[in-house]
Amino acid sequence: MRKVIMGNHAVSYGVRLARAEVISAYPITPQTQIVEMLSEFCSDGSLNAKFIKVESEHSAMAAVVGASSVGARAFTATSSHGLLLMHEMLHWAAGARLPIVLANVNRAVGPGWNVWTDQSDSLAQRDTGFLQLYCESNQEALDTVIQAFKIAETVRLPVMVVLDAFILSHTEEPVDVPSQEQVDAFLPRYETEWRLDIEDPRAFNMLVAPEHYMEMRLQMQQAMAEAKGVVQTVDEEYAACFGRGYGLIEPYRTEGAETVLFSAGATSGTARVVVDELRGQGVNIGLLRLRLFRPFPVAELRRALAGVKKVGVIDRNISYGHEGIFASELKAALYGLPRAPQVFDFVVGLGGRDVTPATIHGIAGHVLSHDVPAEEPVWWEVKS
Amino acid sequence: MSYAIPERELMYSGHVGCPGCGASLAMRLALKAVGEDVVVIIVASCWSIIAGPFPYTSLKVPTLHTAFETGGSVSSGIKAALEMRGRPNTTVMAWAGDGGTFDIGFQALSGAVERNEDFIYVCYDNEAYMNTGIQRSSATPWGAWTTTTPAATPKNTPKKDMVAIMAAHRIPYTASASIAYPEDLVRKLQKAQGIRGSKFIHILAPCPSGWKSEPAETIKVSRLAVQSKVFPLYEVEEGERWRVTVRPSEAPVIEYLRRQGRFNHLTPAQIDEIQRNVDRHWAELLARAEQG
Repeated sequence: MRKVIMGNHAVSYGVRLARAEVISAYPITPQTQIVEMLSEFCSDGSLNAKFIKVESEHSAMAAVVGASSVGARAFTATSSHGLLLMHEMLHWAAGARLPIVLANVNRAVGPGWNVWTDQSDSLAQRDTGFLQLYCESNQEALDTVIQAFKIAETVRLPVMVVLDAFILSHTEEPVDVPSQEQVDAFLPRYETEWRLDIEDPRAFNMLVAPEHYMEMRLQMQQAMAEAKGVVQTVDEEYAACFGRGYGLIEPYRTEGAETVLFSAGATSGTARVVVDELRGQGVNIGLLRLRLFRPFPVAELRRALAGVKKVGVIDRNISYGHEGIFASELKAALYGLPRAPQVFDFVVGLGGRDVTPATIHGIAGHVLSHDVPAEEPVWWEVKS
Repeated sequence: MSYAIPERELMYSGHVGCPGCGASLAMRLALKAVGEDVVVIIVASCWSIIAGPFPYTSLKVPTLHTAFETGGSVSSGIKAALEMRGRPNTTVMAWAGDGGTFDIGFQALSGAVERNEDFIYVCYDNEAYMNTGIQRSSATPWGAWTTTTPAATPKNTPKKDMVAIMAAHRIPYTASASIAYPEDLVRKLQKAQGIRGSKFIHILAPCPSGWKSEPAETIKVSRLAVQSKVFPLYEVEEGERWRVTVRPSEAPVIEYLRRQGRFNHLTPAQIDEIQRNVDRHWAELLARAEQG
C-alpha cells in the first residue's frame, strides 16, 4: 500500500512489519515520532510488543540488550546526545553479539544546542561493532529496517539504520508499505539457541581473561567480514520479494566518469540532481553513494573508483584535528590502488546548514577546476 | 516464628569470593529462596568476579553479566522478553552491590521501579567499592575509613537511606535482610517472589577485606549490625506499611564498630555521635512501624 509518510513513520511501519517484540526508547528530537507511533501501534494492538518507556537512552539500549539476551526481537531509536549516552551499551550489544536494530536520526551534537542534521553522532559510534546503513529516502528507511533485522540475526551483530534529521525524518514522501504477509515470508520469527534459557542455564558476558578475549574480538571482526556478503544477499532477496534493492554502495552515472562525487544519506538525492544537470552540460561526472559504512566496503569502493581521476567527498561531519570521516575512510580504502583517484574533502552542512544544489554545484566546480586537493579539508560555505 | 531454609544448592562451592565474603553467602541464600526458575542479572561488582571467569560459572541458573549501571534497565528488558516468549512467571533477579545501586545504577533502578517492573532487585551492600579496592560510596557509613576517605579525614556524610528511597517509590515490597538471619532473608525473598511488580531487598554483606574484620566473624559482625540497630531488619509494603521483622537486643554500636578496623580511628566522642544517630533512626523506624 502506498502512503505519504515522513521518514520517522516509515521507520515505525518497518518495525511493526518486522514484528519487533520488545521496544525501549526515550524521547529525543528529531527521533521522537518513531517511538510515538510505535506506542500507538502497541496501544491499538496492531503490534504485539512490550514497550519499555525508560528514563534515559542508556537504559533504552540496556533494556533491549536484556530483551535480546532472552532471544526476543528488539528495537530502539535515538538521535545525537541520546546515541552518545548509549555509547557504552552499543559496545555491550555488539560484544554480546545481540541482533538489536537501532534507528538513529542523524543530528548534530551540542553545545550549542542544535537539533538539525549532521553525521557526527553516528560516526562517533564507528568502532562499537554496530553495522551502519545510511538511508537516502523514506522508502529506503522502511526497507532498511526490515532488512536490518534479517542481517543482524544472520551475523549476530547489531545494526544501526541512519536517516537525516528533518530532511528525511520530518519530510513526507510517498512510501510503499509492504503487506504483513510479504514481510512475514521474508523475515521469519527470530529463534536462537544463544539465549538465557531456564531449561539450559548458561552464563553470558562474564569475566574474560586475556587468553580468550582476543579470539572473541576476532570473531566479531569475522562476523563483520561475513556481514558484507549478508547485507548484499539480504538486499538481493529483498529486491526479489519487493522490487527494491540498494546495494552496499550505489554508483549513479559513474560510467566513464573522470570525476565522482561521494556522499551518504539524503544529500545524495541532491547530488543526483546536480550530476544530472552537469551531465546535461557534457561534464563527465557521476555520484557514488555510500550506503554501508560498517563494515566498510573496501573492495567494492576500489572497484567502483578504479580509473576515476578525482573524487569529491561530501562530509557532513568532521574529525577535529584531522578531516571529514568519510574522506579519511575512503583514502585508506584506496591506498595502494594503482592510479588511485585524488580525494578532495569538503566539510559541509554541519548542524543542519542547508546543502543545496548550488552547494554541490560549487563543490563539483571546485573539484573539476583543481588537479590536486589541498592538504586540509575545505570547509565549504563558511562565513569568514 | 521459624522458617525452613530450602536444602537446594544453586551455587557451586568453587566460587572465587574472598574468605568470609558476605556477598557470596547472600547469593547462596537468595538462590535457595527463589529456586531454579530465575534469571540472574549481575552488574559490575565483586560478583562479576565471584561468579568465575569464562568458561566457568558458579551459578546453576541462567546468568547475565552486564554493565555497572544497568541492573534496573537490563532486568526490565529481560522480563519483557520472557513475557513475550511465554515465561511470564520466571523470576527476574537483579544483583548489584552498593555502588551499582546507591550510586551509578540509581537512575536506572529508580526508573525501573517507578514503572513497577516485575522483578526483584537485590543490593548486597558491603558499604564501599570493594572490587576496585575499598573506595567510598554513598553507602559508606559516616566515620568509616576507605582508601578515598583516609582515617585522618574519614567519610563525613551519612549513608544514603536506600530502603526509604525505594519505599518512597511506593513499590509493592521493600525490605532489609541479613545473612546472619537466614530464615528472615529467605522468607523475604520468597515473599517478594510471590508479589507482582518491583521488589527491593537490601542485604548487608560484610567484606572482611574492606571492613578490616576477621573472615571468621562475618556472621557475628552481621548479627551485631542488626542487634545494635545499625542495620535493622524490616519490610515495607506499598511504601506505607512498615514492619520490623527482627527485634534487636540492646547491643551498643561500639560492639559492632570495634570488630572492624575501618572504624579504629574513631574517638569516643565520635562513637557517641554514631550511637545517637543510630538511636534516633531506630526511633524513627519504630514510629513508622507503629503507624503501619
